[in-house]
Amino acid sequence: MSMLEKLAVSLALTLGVSVAGAADAPRLGQPIAPNDLASWDISIGPDGSGLPLGSGTPSQGAAVYAAHGCAACHGEKGSGGPSGPLVGGGPLNTTDRDPVKLIGNYWPYATTIFDYTRRAMPWQQPKTLTNDEVYALTAYILALNKIIGENDAMNAETLPKVKMPNRDGFISKYPEKH
Amino acid sequence: MSMRKNRTHDFASSPPEPVAGNGLLHRRALLERGVMLAGAVATGAGSQLASASAEPLTNGPWSLAPGVPIPPYGQPSKFEQKVVRTLSNPKLEPRTSGARTPHHLLNGTITPNGLHFVVARGGETEIDPDKHRLLIHGLVRQPMIYTVDALHRYPMVSRISFVECGGNSAPLYSKEPIQGNVQALHGLCSCAEWTGVALATLLDEVGVDPKAKWFIAEGADLPTMNKSIPLAKAMDDAMIALYQNGEAINPSNGYPMRLLLPGYEGNMNVKWLRRIKLVDSPVMAINETKQYTILRPDGKAWQFYFPQEVKSFITHPSPGLSIKGPGFYEISGISFSGNGRISKVEVSADGGKSWAQAARQQPVLSKAFTRFRMAWNWDGGPVILQSRATDEAGNVQPSREAFIAERGPPRGTPNVAAFTMEHCNVITSWGINPKGEVSHVYA
Repeated sequence: MSMLEKLAVSLALTLGVSVAGAADAPRLGQPIAPNDLASWDISIGPDGSGLPLGSGTPSQGAAVYAAHGCAACHGEKGSGGPSGPLVGGGPLNTTDRDPVKLIGNYWPYATTIFDYTRRAMPWQQPKTLTNDEVYALTAYILALNKIIGENDAMNAETLPKVKMPNRDGFISKYPEKH
Repeated sequence: MSMRKNRTHDFASSPPEPVAGNGLLHRRALLERGVMLAGAVATGAGSQLASASAEPLTNGPWSLAPGVPIPPYGQPSKFEQKVVRTLSNPKLEPRTSGARTPHHLLNGTITPNGLHFVVARGGETEIDPDKHRLLIHGLVRQPMIYTVDALHRYPMVSRISFVECGGNSAPLYSKEPIQGNVQALHGLCSCAEWTGVALATLLDEVGVDPKAKWFIAEGADLPTMNKSIPLAKAMDDAMIALYQNGEAINPSNGYPMRLLLPGYEGNMNVKWLRRIKLVDSPVMAINETKQYTILRPDGKAWQFYFPQEVKSFITHPSPGLSIKGPGFYEISGISFSGNGRISKVEVSADGGKSWAQAARQQPVLSKAFTRFRMAWNWDGGPVILQSRATDEAGNVQPSREAFIAERGPPRGTPNVAAFTMEHCNVITSWGINPKGEVSHVYA
């Protein structure tokens, strides 16, 4: 067993406790102040942690959807295109056809819509939307799926409270299979 | 293209010992004649070894004039131009790009860097290493930023590890056997030697808060994909990989750094790694809620299904590599498990009625490709070749029937590139007809 392997094992045994064995590592990290983490930390938890200020409604989202040409990949009103639909999805416990894993019938958390849209969309110009625009698109998609009302605004307070239809549809394989 | 038949086995003086149906031979037929086999291949002898050796030597142009200057970076021979990855999105449309490894045209266990499989949501990206940073933060004593230069000054570790996409081998779940070669069916797995800094070393430096149970890894490319990973994996064998087969990681695979989680689902080995955040529970990213979850027949879905389970497939012969006439051949293929070493690979030539244990090429490493080899004397009749691997944890590669019994019946026979199932590790069957043509069959 190498020294580093021993170190890893020792760390595993004493999770969270500093280990003297790593003293030979050079320690070349540069400390970063909490205030400077904001631009880096785009993680959004299912409890809403990390959601930014801002707000948007379904009708505002429809305008953003049109302005950024989202229909080219996802179709009019999210009906489907080269990158798949944003609405629809049938029952998941059927074997007579391929159930498509869509937002309305499959995604367990509404926060994931905001998170993925903010980091990756639109595909040609990701990370260019304002937080208001991302909230609006999230509201638009949720309303198209009839998960929220036509006039419901999405923001850091309301979005984590949205109960997705398939919220309880998942069973963790970890740590059973690890 | 055809497999080379080996005529060096002298059946008259030393009849090989059959060990299973349809001509599978005892491993002595490989081991004791290894030198002769190697000699035959080295001379390029094909099916006419006896007559070729009687021809007078003719010097080719390569023997009569100087070559060319040695290139600064060597490329494969121009005669090997067909040995390339197949691309699922060659024009980079706004969707996932896949590049599959041509296992039927390679041998050994290490995948060359230019042929390592890739799945990327935003194409291959080119990162300036001087401008790239890795941040480790969250439930830590002191968040830290690392430059690429700084990471190169840490003590390094190397290990040979496979990486496999969770959707590899999905075509085998289809209702009807999809006709594709081993590259199309199993090309989303590869194996390389990775060198870098143990993640545990850096976590010791930032100081782990005991409340941390998971970490989120995030890439720096277009979609900036993120994924939740148990912290225990970081303390076990996770690595910030900087080198791939001795050179800086290929841009396709995450230059200047990727996360390596030996044995875990490919997407978790985040390429172009820029951020690690320690957290107390999963972040529920798209890659762990919509993608990489396995829908069961009852409508529930498995989530956080991490290790790639024991698998093997025969690469030689395989569809596209036909065999020429009865005689002696070597069957060989690839086996691996995300749960440790391969302890056994069995081969059948009669569709699973009888099995014989194949020779494992040493060294047999944990969570790495292990090549297996089996001597075979084909009598020219129809056969069905299969391989079945067992890992040191006792996991046995399942039959298709057993797999379907657990996962539910397939819903159709889609395009070969469709991902209708994940973590599909069923036994692969190659049917060979009397002409020596190989096709994908269910048996």
